[in-house]
Amino acid sequence: MATELSVPDASAKIAAAAQAGGEHEFSSEKMSLSMGPSHPSTHGVLRLQMEIDGENLTKCDPVVGYLHRGDEKIAENMTYNQFVPYTDRLDYLAPLANNMAYAIAVEKLAGLKVPPRCEAIRVITAEMARISSHLMGLGAFGLDVGGWTVLVLSLNQREGLYKLFEELTGARFTTSYTRIGGVSRDIPEGWLGRVGQFCDQFEPVLEEILSLLTRNKIFLDRTVGVGVISKEDAIAYGITGPNLRGSGIALDLRKDKPYSGYEQYEFDVPVGTKGDSYDRYLVRGEEMRQSVRIIRQVIKTMPGGEWYAADAKRIFAPRKDKVLTSMEELIQNFMLVTEGPQMPAGEVYFEAENPKGVLGFYVVSKGGGVPWRLKIRSPSFCNLSILPKITVGCLISDVVTLLGSLDFVMGECDR
Amino acid sequence: MSATAAALTALKARFPQATDRPSADHPAIDVPAGDLVAALRFLRDEAGFDFLCDVTAIDWAAGASPRFTVVYHLYATATHDYVRVAAGCTGADDAPVAPSVVGLWPAADWHERECYDMFGIAFAGHPDLRRILMWDGYPYHPLRKEFPLAGIPTDLPGLDVQAETGTHLIAAPMAGGPFVTSPGEINLHEAEPRAKDESWNERRPKTE
Repeated sequence: MATELSVPDASAKIAAAAQAGGEHEFSSEKMSLSMGPSHPSTHGVLRLQMEIDGENLTKCDPVVGYLHRGDEKIAENMTYNQFVPYTDRLDYLAPLANNMAYAIAVEKLAGLKVPPRCEAIRVITAEMARISSHLMGLGAFGLDVGGWTVLVLSLNQREGLYKLFEELTGARFTTSYTRIGGVSRDIPEGWLGRVGQFCDQFEPVLEEILSLLTRNKIFLDRTVGVGVISKEDAIAYGITGPNLRGSGIALDLRKDKPYSGYEQYEFDVPVGTKGDSYDRYLVRGEEMRQSVRIIRQVIKTMPGGEWYAADAKRIFAPRKDKVLTSMEELIQNFMLVTEGPQMPAGEVYFEAENPKGVLGFYVVSKGGGVPWRLKIRSPSFCNLSILPKITVGCLISDVVTLLGSLDFVMGECDR
Repeated sequence: MSATAAALTALKARFPQATDRPSADHPAIDVPAGDLVAALRFLRDEAGFDFLCDVTAIDWAAGASPRFTVVYHLYATATHDYVRVAAGCTGADDAPVAPSVVGLWPAADWHERECYDMFGIAFAGHPDLRRILMWDGYPYHPLRKEFPLAGIPTDLPGLDVQAETGTHLIAAPMAGGPFVTSPGEINLHEAEPRAKDESWNERRPKTE
């Protein structure tokens, strides 16, 4: 039975001996080991400063910040729409979802209501971004435990998604698709049909990918019982996303605080039971199935009409042909370019359920064209903060799978 | 939303100095720094706001009083409501102090370290207050308003590496804005793309 597999319990013995205060057969000289910032299993530029006793971790201090670019400082110096490309570079595996979260936050500040078609477009792109992010997460996780095939299959599928992203936004990776009050362009002719075709061929491949891992003896040995996050810890440390649901807490902002019309779509929120690496993997797998479900519903119910808010004219640049032929629009365009769209004063906090967890934007405005303060609450940052707690007692090789199961992105963690 | 309003009313009854904070979205409240930990504990234990989303700070620029505000966003996992709690920092303008809430939520650990790193706010009672995004020994707090966007030239963390390679951190080449290069400092003849055949250009003879 899979559930009976567990880590060799040397760490438990060490802990027991340490509590008893005496020497024991395992005790040895402690050693410090620095893993990263350039290490294949830290998925980016995370560095772990570890203290090890043999193969067991006795202390772990994550060192983050190697990818710090000062996004929040930059945001204070540019107009709201100019910051959209920077949101691509937070969780760069799901830029469309970041774009959407940022746009909704600023729209709340501006008091804009976007039309249903725009909301539906954002939902379908966010769910596609979720699939692409989870595919990369699973592929890298498989690679961490020595399964190369998973990565090949999942990257192949992600390529299909990137082709669709490119057709929609003009870019494969850094999409910058949303604008305050809408999206940068309408969906192309026939694009929804091609998304449907992608879903049709993706579902059997997804099952194949998951079948490579779900009952894989090596994978089970490496993940079951490893890196257990209890319910209480998950809440106390601010864990969000699949990592929180893997611990058995059914919190999903798409259900609990629906935004962008998520309440119209039917989907289930998968939860784990034990909170170990394996549960987090299972949750991600099921979330991809649910995302396909949502995408199918959006395709079926895609509303017509405008794809940007009509009262967003003071925020959107006016149409180019008008700018070139009409004095009013020319002046408006000039004002928008030089001073930026004028926002009311106030502060808003908006969180969206992103693939990696809950991405929050806290915007403080004093009025004018630039935010006074923009704070990005990044899920990877919060999810990593539990590492010192859950890695103690792990084997070094378990840390590798644990990091893979947390599925973080340093671009978002370091901002 | 009414449950949150009731919780905030109870909070104001308990802490008379707490006042409503203007907010465009979620209910928000200002509490004095002295009551902050007790108020957050009240919200966590008695009002159901058990999830700490975010801790951050705002710099209202030199001259404002208080200059720094710490802002907490709490989420109720049962009722799915948000509440925002803010408190002005005490202490001098260049050494603001706020109480730490790591004792209530371990999640606050990294958030408070980030606030310390970016704003220089010392969280009293934090068990391990050191920089998190910038390196140890970095001399500035970058999100303060007086810190320029381009950055300030500084030493790199590895002084031995720096001595050997002669490298150090230089400010980004911009003046006032992210994409504005300062005029006059670069030779435009060098920088601007020109036609391949420049024989007509008397000011810049061909090099060959």
